[in-house]
Amino acid sequence: MAVLVKTEGIAKEFSSVRVLDNISVEIRAGEVFGIIGENGAGKSTFIKILSGLYQPTAGKIWFDGKLAEIKSPADAKKIGISLIPQEFNLVADLCVYENIFLGEELLQKNGFLDIRAMVSRTRELLSELDVSSIDPSARIQDLSVAQKQMVEIAKAIAFDSRFLIMDEPTTMLTSKEVEILFRLIGRLKAHGVTIVYISHKLKEVKRICDRVMVLRDGEFISLEETDNISIDEMARRMVGRELKGIFPEKKPASEEVALSVRNISAGGLLHDISFDLHVGEVLGFAGLIGAGRTELAEAIMGLRRVQSGTVTLHGKPLQLRNPWDAVQAGLSYLSEDRQGSGIITSFDVVKNITLTSLKEYARPFISQRAEAEKSKFYVDRFSIKIPSLSARLEQLSGGNQQKVSLAKSIDTRPKIIIVDEPTRGIDVKTKHDIYVFVRELANTGISVIFISSELEEIIGMCDRVLIMRGGSIVGELPPERLSEEEIMYFATGIKGGY
Amino acid sequence: MAVSIPKKLSLDKYGPLIALAALVIASTILYPRFIEIQNLLNILRQVSYTGIIALGMTFVIISGGIDLSVGSMTALAGAFAILTLNAVTQGLATLSPLWLGTLLSILAAAVVSVAVALVAGLMNGFLVTKGRIAPFIVTLGTMAIFRSLTLYIGKAGEFRSVSPAYGDMGMSVILGIPLPVWILFLLAAVLSFVLNRTRFGRYVCAVGSNEKVARYSAINVDKIRLISYVIVGLMVGITAVLISARLNSLSSTNAGKDYEMDAIAAVVIGGTAMTGGKGSIWGSVVGAIILGIINNMLNMLGVSPYLQGLVKGLVIIGAVSIQRGWIPNGRAEK
Repeated sequence: MAVLVKTEGIAKEFSSVRVLDNISVEIRAGEVFGIIGENGAGKSTFIKILSGLYQPTAGKIWFDGKLAEIKSPADAKKIGISLIPQEFNLVADLCVYENIFLGEELLQKNGFLDIRAMVSRTRELLSELDVSSIDPSARIQDLSVAQKQMVEIAKAIAFDSRFLIMDEPTTMLTSKEVEILFRLIGRLKAHGVTIVYISHKLKEVKRICDRVMVLRDGEFISLEETDNISIDEMARRMVGRELKGIFPEKKPASEEVALSVRNISAGGLLHDISFDLHVGEVLGFAGLIGAGRTELAEAIMGLRRVQSGTVTLHGKPLQLRNPWDAVQAGLSYLSEDRQGSGIITSFDVVKNITLTSLKEYARPFISQRAEAEKSKFYVDRFSIKIPSLSARLEQLSGGNQQKVSLAKSIDTRPKIIIVDEPTRGIDVKTKHDIYVFVRELANTGISVIFISSELEEIIGMCDRVLIMRGGSIVGELPPERLSEEEIMYFATGIKGGY
Repeated sequence: MAVSIPKKLSLDKYGPLIALAALVIASTILYPRFIEIQNLLNILRQVSYTGIIALGMTFVIISGGIDLSVGSMTALAGAFAILTLNAVTQGLATLSPLWLGTLLSILAAAVVSVAVALVAGLMNGFLVTKGRIAPFIVTLGTMAIFRSLTLYIGKAGEFRSVSPAYGDMGMSVILGIPLPVWILFLLAAVLSFVLNRTRFGRYVCAVGSNEKVARYSAINVDKIRLISYVIVGLMVGITAVLISARLNSLSSTNAGKDYEMDAIAAVVIGGTAMTGGKGSIWGSVVGAIILGIINNMLNMLGVSPYLQGLVKGLVIIGAVSIQRGWIPNGRAEK
């Protein structure tokens, strides 16, 4: 196969810290090239250099045999390189075709926008991608995450990208949507498009990639045909040592009911939800995206109005009026949307950790020493890697941000904690850390509601699993019946009525 | 990714102070009389009225809002202050000892002024939070409303105080320093503490940084924003007393004119981000003083008063653009 992209000695430093060192690699035309590594391994830096977002400190890039000077994303686009970032670059208030042609609008001869041409070209693109269900005139904010991703991909291929970089494309997708994406990747490949695929999900990498490059601490570790490397071996090379049992040992929960939810309904999104959560239990909530799991968490936390229903904590009825009441009652919520509703990226570590529990530190004036001491405690306990306690969260990696977020959620000393997609977009090592912390919490008698779209972790972590679909609980699986297939039967409606 | 962004230069924190020092040196060289104590005290007195309002404005801007109505609100509160003063002075004319009546009338004027401004601030806050109307629009509206009410009550003329003691208070100097300057620094000390060491202060920053995260962190976002408008009201009420006492009268057309401009400018020059989320009370004091020195210098150098607005405008724009530059790997990349 011909080589499409060749890098030689690519390195990147940030304020004299080397985050990427001497990467020389050849990416072949028409292959799916996987890149794996822990957070901080240099994956994102590498692709940001390829797509013009960063300038390398050293090294050269050849594209299609020619030395390429990629000074900006516009340069990259010009030669046919597109990046589909983890956080999409779409304008929420504009519609699909406007986003696809943003900055490259088609014009009529008289200089006005040729809307008809743009809409029909968008329709063509979407049907090529087999997602004709998306209306070219729909507004981005009304689309699901998966649909937004399809629009991003359509945007890339609209301008004849020959080199498509996907950064964690499946973190926000349900398994059904992942299948659609994989079919699409297959079609793109058949059309000769070269794809760089970054993921933490090694199974997917094994399945979809032709070759896989492993990075660790900014250095090149290996490059191998995926057929010749096992998933275990990939994980070993990523962390540089053996990973023994990623999930901590389960411990049977007590019979005592901690939280009892009865008949909660909320505005068409939740229908008559009832369940019990036991003391020290890790109760899984599985389901497809949009099944109402996050909405249920928000309803319990007083973040969402409910029409009916009761919640009792240790026999005492709770009022679900606002988050403050919920927190005072001993409930806590780790949001799925880390940067959108979990942490304040411009605040430092200390101010984030104590934001919800600030009352504890203010009597009535905030004791900065007490705040710092407590934060230090969490930094040690969760081994959060930070330059200093006054580092702003935007300086931290996703995994460390998530650990801060977790520290923030438990600093209110909750009796019940709802963790919503707690390991989204973070590396294997940090995932393992978070699993261990969650299990430790449960062992100390805290009850955990564990919402996740990753079936593997639902099965690995939870004592019992409830499955939601269309705003209702459609099934319950005791430990002995937990399997990915069983959960999917309920989640997709093969089992469980409706 | 473990991308280490270079630490923000301490310029971010001390920038306004450095600018102030540079300005003082430049002014002294250009015009040696600048550095005389009397001139400096004059400048401080002049800036203290809008400086006090800027303290409250700092909270509103950090919380992600803006208050354009402060100038008109000053006029309205000041009008009520003088009306109350006159009514109480006349009502208590026969009270003895004489000083008791004087004291009570001034106290009543102050209480009413603050009360009027608090209600006005509350109104702004309610419209912004419960009414879900953009702060710019709400306060643009109330700016017109407050001014119109003042003009109507005063028949577009002057409110004259009948109490000479009120004017004496406005002109008073304690330990060599004018009363409004004392109050400015006292309030700045208190509010700086409130911003940095109380839950309310922290919550204001959180709300301004990311309202959704604040809500998810069990913060009552509406309450925090409402209180920030009430604080501005409180500051306006105090300024209204000081400025009407200073002149011992109040013009319904001119009182408080351009105060919103000066207060917002002081906040911005002092390093508080217009996008909200962070800021500094002492920075706003420094910002107000910088504006005052520039005015003073232009006067002394004989620059046409018509051109002073131009210089002020350039300073504001320059201050903001320098602040942008101080954040190296900041927003530009995203």
